[in-house]
Amino acid sequence: MLYARLIIMRLFKAVIVLFLIVILNFLLIQLAPGDPAAILAGEAGAADQEFLNQLRERFGLDQPMYVQLWRYVSGIAMLDFGYSYRLGVPVFDLIMARLPATLLLTGTAFLISLVLGIIAGSMAAARVKKPSGSIIMALALVFYATPLFWVALMSVLVFSVYLDWLPAYGFYTVGAGYTGFALILDVAKHLILPATTLALFFMAIYTRMTRTSMLDAAQQDYVKTARAKGLKPGIIQRRHVLRNALLPIITLAGLQAGQMVGGAILTETVFAWPGIGRLMFEALQQRDYNLLLGIFFFSAALVIVFNIITDLVYRLADPRIKGAS
Amino acid sequence: MSDTATETVLSIRQLSVALPKGADRALAVEDVSYDVKRGEIMCVVGESGSGKSMAANTVMGLLPKGVRPVQGEVIFEGQNLITLTEKQHRALRGLKIGMIFQEPMTALNPLMRVGAQIAEVFEAHGKLTPKQRQARALELLIEVGIPQPEKAIRAYPFELSGGQRQRVVIAMALALEPVLLIADEPTTALDVTTQAQILELIRDLQRRRGMAVMFITHDFGVVAEIANRVCVMRHGQIVEIGEASEVLGNPQNEYTQALIAAIPSNAVPPHREANTTAPLLDIKRLNKVFRSRGGWFKASREVRALDDVSLTLARGETVGIVGESGSGKSTLGRCVVRLEHPDDGELLLDGVNLSQLKGDALRRERHRVQMIFQDPYASLNPRTRVGMAIAQGPIANGTPKAQALKQAGELLDMVGLGASAVERYPHEFSGGQRQRIGIARALALNPELIVADEAVSALDVSIQAQVLELLEELKQRLSLSLLFITHDLRVAAQICDRIVVMQHGRIVEQGSAEQIFLHPREAYTRSLLEAIPGRDAPVAATA
Amino acid sequence: MSFFARFAQNRGALVGLIILLMIIAMAILAPLLFPESPWRMVQRPFLPPMSQDGFPLGTDTMGRNVAAGLMHGAWVSLLIGLVSTSVALLIGVPLGAIAGYYGGLIDDILMRFTEFFQTIPNFALAIVLVAIMQPSVTSIVLAIALVSWPPVARLVRAEFMSLRHREYVEAARLVGQTNSTIILRQILPNTLSPIIVLASLMVATAILLESSLSFLGLGDPNVMSWGYMIGAARTVIRQAWWLSFFPGVAILLTVLALNLVGEGLDDALNPKLSRER
Repeated sequence: MLYARLIIMRLFKAVIVLFLIVILNFLLIQLAPGDPAAILAGEAGAADQEFLNQLRERFGLDQPMYVQLWRYVSGIAMLDFGYSYRLGVPVFDLIMARLPATLLLTGTAFLISLVLGIIAGSMAAARVKKPSGSIIMALALVFYATPLFWVALMSVLVFSVYLDWLPAYGFYTVGAGYTGFALILDVAKHLILPATTLALFFMAIYTRMTRTSMLDAAQQDYVKTARAKGLKPGIIQRRHVLRNALLPIITLAGLQAGQMVGGAILTETVFAWPGIGRLMFEALQQRDYNLLLGIFFFSAALVIVFNIITDLVYRLADPRIKGAS
Repeated sequence: MSDTATETVLSIRQLSVALPKGADRALAVEDVSYDVKRGEIMCVVGESGSGKSMAANTVMGLLPKGVRPVQGEVIFEGQNLITLTEKQHRALRGLKIGMIFQEPMTALNPLMRVGAQIAEVFEAHGKLTPKQRQARALELLIEVGIPQPEKAIRAYPFELSGGQRQRVVIAMALALEPVLLIADEPTTALDVTTQAQILELIRDLQRRRGMAVMFITHDFGVVAEIANRVCVMRHGQIVEIGEASEVLGNPQNEYTQALIAAIPSNAVPPHREANTTAPLLDIKRLNKVFRSRGGWFKASREVRALDDVSLTLARGETVGIVGESGSGKSTLGRCVVRLEHPDDGELLLDGVNLSQLKGDALRRERHRVQMIFQDPYASLNPRTRVGMAIAQGPIANGTPKAQALKQAGELLDMVGLGASAVERYPHEFSGGQRQRIGIARALALNPELIVADEAVSALDVSIQAQVLELLEELKQRLSLSLLFITHDLRVAAQICDRIVVMQHGRIVEQGSAEQIFLHPREAYTRSLLEAIPGRDAPVAATA
Repeated sequence: MSFFARFAQNRGALVGLIILLMIIAMAILAPLLFPESPWRMVQRPFLPPMSQDGFPLGTDTMGRNVAAGLMHGAWVSLLIGLVSTSVALLIGVPLGAIAGYYGGLIDDILMRFTEFFQTIPNFALAIVLVAIMQPSVTSIVLAIALVSWPPVARLVRAEFMSLRHREYVEAARLVGQTNSTIILRQILPNTLSPIIVLASLMVATAILLESSLSFLGLGDPNVMSWGYMIGAARTVIRQAWWLSFFPGVAILLTVLALNLVGEGLDDALNPKLSRER
């Protein structure tokens, strides 16, 4: 009951945010230098007069601003994101076709980074002032400072070009005709490099955060109470320190979701992973702005979904929130 | 003393504990020896920094990082605890030695149910089945007197009050019937009536189980209330040790004498009367409701902090507002200085209604009422020189800077710090000195009325006495009008002409200090008076 | 202990400072050591590192000197990092200060606004902004600033909220100081240390963002940058690893150095809060 209400309220909030993003998109088109129709069509499309006229009419570009805004917003409300001029396909269809690959990539990377990050962070917290703890933190700092796209390129160089262990590009082996389990295995092989390189940066963040958060939690009075009970250090760490330390990490994980979608743009570009990130890169190269804005809208929507999920998880983890309602 | 008080449970011999390098002294405690016997409550008493908790933490093996025993023995059941491995020490904690802490609000894991946290004690020592643990947890909750124990066992800590949480901590400490209970300032964070209940509970449990209790406190009132024997500490050393009646009734050491003399007297306050009766402050039917705004999922909650409060304060008079937390006493003070905006009612200062002023109009009237704050560490901007902190009021009100700074020097002189303090930063001063600076700042604008909000509550008792003395002296000299807010009836009795008792945002009773102490009319006032620790105990130097 | 002594106690921070000074030196010396435009073809393409004098890091696909590009790129990275962080501070500090000090409705509105910007995926927004404004140093700086101010606003707001009920602030209100005096004299100076620490970390993030944008081809076409060098060499990684390797190391070292310095500043400025390491 409470959850139903909560989800409804969160969705309501999400709709408002998405509406604002649509308006932001609209403003961006207006603020851009030059003819909005040309921008929607992409630079190269400027030559095709008929298409431009079609666009002008569709978006009512000869009409007053509020009419234009209304048409734009109502179009998107009907899931009509217009056409990608370059590809001649509706933007919505393009994105839908690419979405699963992105979800697979970001989802895998998210799980890897969160699980490994929390483990590494707890280990580092338990080894404060010891060399092993310092090494974990130094590694985390290096991964945090390394550009994602560069790690991706270097891992291609090492694991594909040099060692030839893993495929460097794509989603599956084209032309191999795998089906069933063999196909799953093939996709998994292709997934390893992009997912790991995307995960590294976020793993570094979670490691640092987990360590800080655990050291904070270890200072709390209830940990002293637990020690006074005669509990073993392992139990104290897991049950008292880690459980409390995880709360801020859940919040952070939600906030980082947006960055993860951004990071996917770079990873997908390097690995030719057929997700919306790669689509964004293609749209960029072809100056296909309508497609670009469509993808932008969807990546924001994706972040909102991530946020709602972390919100729900947080509520499960912290009894105080339930109690407050 | 009963004849069970012969068997020594804990014996501390020549214990010295070293502080980490760079601390303000080398040893936290130095050459300390005392015993705790079965069936007695041994109070270790001292002011902050006296090292009174260090021996207890050594016994528990819970010394902070970098702090370690360097000399002596701690003998418990035939073993020297200092030489134990962490594992051996762990086996004793919770099983043979229980401990309760100062802060009930943070001593429990916020994410675990109360029952599970009690059951953990049995788990830690491999006792009972999970089902039996829950059953024992319930029995313990009943024993420590938690209301609705069946419900409390399933509750999360945030659903319980501070007093209830402290009962849970006590239940955990007693779960395995330890031989020794260590209580480290267990009532300091509680209201006075709750404190009285918890003290009674501890004394009661101790008698029933014949435990040895090591009770650490800074409050001689508490000592008088429950101690069998007392050990007074200062700067890491024992200055006096003996039977409670001896130490309290006939202290030998100078420091102990001073400490006991500094306790706000709980004898009947002398009769005093204000010089005039012309009302300076006239509060008429003041109301203030705090609303926590309902979010998407929360209904908004209302707390009626002030409920039709009316009172007057004559020029040159000191009125004490006394109450427990949540009584609305602080809200009243904050409304009078207009840090809060009252919902309705009048706040007449010399006939001018301050209650509804806003913006610049309010800012121009602010100099008439000033405040002395509670926390000497938070009340001064760490980046502002002391002189400037005092001078900024006059400067904001149009006094030239040079002149304002000169006056600041004079004021610092008046509060006993010397004019040279002008150039120094707050961190160079102790808590008591900072409170003097706060007083100088409040005086800088020559206010008609000063509100002191728990102005001495954060200070050690000896410092408290000095600051109260200073206030008394300034009151005489400058004929100040003072609204003195405190939770401590004894402090109020010492400095106030009249006392107003508040509860739940309402005034329960008001009258002269003498009358409130001798003939309280209301039951609540009586319960407050009865809850004062050590009220009936023989204490030296109260006359 | 003096500020620098506390800073130097963190050995990592000292190393970071040295690396950072070296990179700054690179940026300053670039026009002296390589007076020619880094865009000029000066040798045959794909020259491996150390194979010819004057080309210690080899040449790229167009025969341009990689070492020259690397040194000129340092200037761009540092410039964009510093300027975009300053702009982000100019947006974030006043917003956070006002929201935190006044609270209530103003706070609600400003924080919803900040939250909105935080919900939008940072990097995607930066891409869209630069693409539509057309790539240039100005558009890149603006885009990075626009996506990185929300954490500043949140930090400053949180600091102001905790400080505005501090007793010394209330005392300042009581003696009749105006709101602007209280904000500027009483509260702001006490929030500077966390802001400085955050800013040093933001410069690092901005440099990463800039390199990512130019990697995707959204760099200023007139300015040689590390991200561009890697992006241009992406497709030839099998033939010429050094083209993407060295600029990547440069970015890594710069960002690492800034983070180390940031941690050192944190230790030095917030001695009580800093973690034991």
